[in-house]
Amino acid sequence: MVVDPLSRVFSALADPTRRDIVARLAAGDATVNELAEPYDVTLQAVSQHLKVLEGSGLVTRTRDAQRRPVHLEAEVFDLMTKWIERYRREAEERYRRLDDLLEAIPDEEPKAQRPRRGAPR
Amino acid sequence: MNTSTDGTEIMVDPDVPLVRITREFEAPPEKVFRAHADPDLFVQWNGPRSTTMRIDRHDFRTSGSYRYVHARDDFEAGFNGCFHEIRPAELIVQTFTYEGMPDGVALEKLVFEDLGNGRTRLTSTSLVDSFADRDAFVASGMEVGVREGYQRLDELLAVDSGR
Repeated sequence: MVVDPLSRVFSALADPTRRDIVARLAAGDATVNELAEPYDVTLQAVSQHLKVLEGSGLVTRTRDAQRRPVHLEAEVFDLMTKWIERYRREAEERYRRLDDLLEAIPDEEPKAQRPRRGAPR
Repeated sequence: MNTSTDGTEIMVDPDVPLVRITREFEAPPEKVFRAHADPDLFVQWNGPRSTTMRIDRHDFRTSGSYRYVHARDDFEAGFNGCFHEIRPAELIVQTFTYEGMPDGVALEKLVFEDLGNGRTRLTSTSLVDSFADRDAFVASGMEVGVREGYQRLDELLAVDSGR
């Protein structure tokens, strides 16, 4: 199956450590060392997580600087949130039509001998 | 990730490839259920606004099956699945496949919860077998805007990787 860009973003965020890294980068750029500090894992493990995040387009690293701080690409992160919101809005639109329909039809299923319209149940 | 503003809540689970949508209705469970069970009613509200829906088959019973088509201009999208378990006013368990991706299948569970006073909470959970498939669902909305959406994302990611 072809992995589309959005799937890479979602998959990158499927891991709790990576979500945590993203949340911390939202506050500002940080180096790999700074990012690794709170975790009980090796620098390599954190680098591995960053590689996945980079592959998804969520974070970038300056290539030539000594510190090579990690930077969150807020646009990509926002875009994903927007896609979820759009999906949700489509469901809401659908359900609003269902609201209208529910209002328009009688409570009881129409039978051969249907009760008078508006009769109390 | 949870978002909600106008009644419909969505939960995109980070650990399991599922999407859960919750919504309350000003109608008793029997009635909300009927809007799913009766094809003449179902066709009136399901599907995106910009498309017309045609139901080819709606054999609404346990072990039954369905097929419908959403059409817009020159674009048609077919969907089919089986009704795995149906309990009136309580539960629908069904499969769901977009025919453009015939190997992909979602397991859907619709729970109709009686809130009393003629109100119902509908919880709709779609589970697929990979995050990629789940995200394709969310990303595409399954029917509309797929191409332009991916184009936008591709453009954005292309700019990023160009650095």
